[in-house]
Amino acid sequence: MPNHTKILSHLDWLEAESIHIMREVAGQCSNPALLFSGGKDSIVMLRLAEKAFRPGRFPFPLLHVDTGHNYREVIDFRDFRAHQLGERLIVRNVEDSMKRGSVVLKTPTESRNKHQSVTLLEAIEEFGFDCCIGGARRDEEKARAKERIFSFRDSFGQWDPKNQRPELWNLFNARVHKGENIRAFPISNWTELDIWQYIEREALELPSIYFAHKRPVIRKNGLLQPVTDVTPAKPGDVIEEMLVRFRTVGDITCTAPVESDADTVHKIIEETATTTITERGATRMDDQTSEASMEQRKKEGYF
Amino acid sequence: MSALEHLPNSDQIGDTGLLRFLTCGSVDDGKSTLIGRLLYDTKTILADTLHAMERTSARRGHEAVDLSLLTDGLQAEREQGITIDVAYRYFTTGRRKYIIADAPGHEQYTRNMVTAASTANLAIILIDARKGILTQTRRHSYLAHLVGIPHIVVAINKMDLVDHDQATYDRICGEYLAFAAKLGIQDVRFIPLSALNGDMIVDRGEKLGWYTGPTLLDILEAAPTAHSERDERFRFPVQYVCRPQKSDDPALHDYRGFMGRVESGEIKSGDAVIVLPSERRTRIKRIELNGEVLPMAIAEQSITLLLEDEIDISRGDMIVRADEPAQITRQIDAIVCWLGESPLDPARKYLVRQTTRESKAALAGITYRLNINTLEQESAQQLNVNDIARVSFRLAQPLCVDRYEDNRSTGAFIVIDEATNNTVGAGMIVAAG
Repeated sequence: MPNHTKILSHLDWLEAESIHIMREVAGQCSNPALLFSGGKDSIVMLRLAEKAFRPGRFPFPLLHVDTGHNYREVIDFRDFRAHQLGERLIVRNVEDSMKRGSVVLKTPTESRNKHQSVTLLEAIEEFGFDCCIGGARRDEEKARAKERIFSFRDSFGQWDPKNQRPELWNLFNARVHKGENIRAFPISNWTELDIWQYIEREALELPSIYFAHKRPVIRKNGLLQPVTDVTPAKPGDVIEEMLVRFRTVGDITCTAPVESDADTVHKIIEETATTTITERGATRMDDQTSEASMEQRKKEGYF
Repeated sequence: MSALEHLPNSDQIGDTGLLRFLTCGSVDDGKSTLIGRLLYDTKTILADTLHAMERTSARRGHEAVDLSLLTDGLQAEREQGITIDVAYRYFTTGRRKYIIADAPGHEQYTRNMVTAASTANLAIILIDARKGILTQTRRHSYLAHLVGIPHIVVAINKMDLVDHDQATYDRICGEYLAFAAKLGIQDVRFIPLSALNGDMIVDRGEKLGWYTGPTLLDILEAAPTAHSERDERFRFPVQYVCRPQKSDDPALHDYRGFMGRVESGEIKSGDAVIVLPSERRTRIKRIELNGEVLPMAIAEQSITLLLEDEIDISRGDMIVRADEPAQITRQIDAIVCWLGESPLDPARKYLVRQTTRESKAALAGITYRLNINTLEQESAQQLNVNDIARVSFRLAQPLCVDRYEDNRSTGAFIVIDEATNNTVGAGMIVAAG
């Protein structure tokens, strides 16, 4: 019989795997960046990066592609957390791409969310990044379920689902030619529940809008649309003041809150465990447009 | 049973870790239905996913929800009516988290199955009770065994279509055992199922009363996780060296942390170690992670090691315990599965990546190619995609290796084509030197 009966708990295992992936990026790539939005998944990623590299500095800067339509609380938190960690934060704005003419909105009110890809690719080119570390999870969406942990993108930033590199054991292949890049996903194997359990265990701070708060919303297509400067009420809309929280935060125009009175991480875990709607299904207006919309966006360079 | 009643507490009492398993079989065997059933009965499928499946089922004229829709993948796949790739799926019972690697049955079966199998500790091999053991069953079993999955569960599905007949089940078990013995498969268990009705997956159902063994979920809950069954040698490939510079903290001026993941075995502070391939000896001064000092570390833990002596160590070196040496070699014999669309070219040099180490490699010879259907050895001059063969490589740099049979981490490697940077081969070391 083996003399070690100790096994890693599922959170310890996930943490160890993610640290391993981040260190592989640091070991194999010459100029990586970590995508940090101030959202819960990327907050978990920063804790994992601390575990991977402290007492050293992170071997990569943090990069945020800002649509200009993010919640103030999240942007403030992003800046606060980067400063607290003493790490370099690079912000690139979709609005600058619009000024340059590389992003053209069909209508002034069109969501800028999918245009993040353009700005991201511009940032990759500007800084010569050969790898972007992202916080995507395979449980989020079916186009993600088949994505590699080290996902190859060609010089146009495109993902080709039919032509992915086989990924065996823990042996990752981050080799690229100049102009190509890798998207590395250290938390591929985490679920939404794992994320919340880890946030609780590590006592991680989060932007306040993840917790239950009062907010004016409009019921639309089964989702709650927040009433904001960017998404104002239209004539005839019925505005309700509801107790809500965000399960996922992102561009205001496509991220909806859910009705909830969970005001602590523990209550959120209980709610997550018993919820009946998937994270993106409850909250993402962009994924609902078509069954394949995430797959389409990823082919265009979305992370 | 509702899995969620056993949801983990944050203090993780009763957490039995994480099990990675593989499902093999084709859609015809009910594999997608089985996975759908596992997710559905453990309440992993949420209402919106279920509603989407209900709509699609109705559109396609099915009466009940077609659980196989859950594994319908990408638009690119639906367009071509094929499954391209391994998909990963997740569920939890509260006691344990599971990662399912779902390998498609038909297309690129060898490449996909070897990929999915490489990280699995258990394989569920599905057999259609009406059809019994097919060539495909043998192929899947052989590959699962080849890639070193220690536990095989043979699930005899569609029992509802053979009137839940025990004699049919017993006959298939007997045939399988005879063939498994020839392959050398040691741990194999059998279970009768009806994935469609959910019998013996999470709930026992009422029609298979003659079967007194555990349900499929019970088997999964009790299955040993990787590294938990036997003593293994300590293997620590160095991924990254931490030397904090320009630090305000004088204590960090001489800090040299060797960062990596324990691939196998365990290590304690004070243990004598050897650094490979230089074979320099020292002791573990401290094990830590993010400032926290750890008394010991076990397999699969990511840690930082500090050593007593100042030794030149970089990424690609491996730290092992002094009493558990590894082999240093410039020649490897291996079973290789060729994954690349272009054949293995004996005239070319390739790159081999093993642990965190890389070396240029040249083919020294193909001993035989394996016919995956007859399991016979054939002579071969080149290897094409999905071929499995025993080959030897000469290496430009020494690698620190174990036999794959002894260690699924240090015995494994991938082959990279430097022209395309693609991963074109997967290798399992049989002998070194």
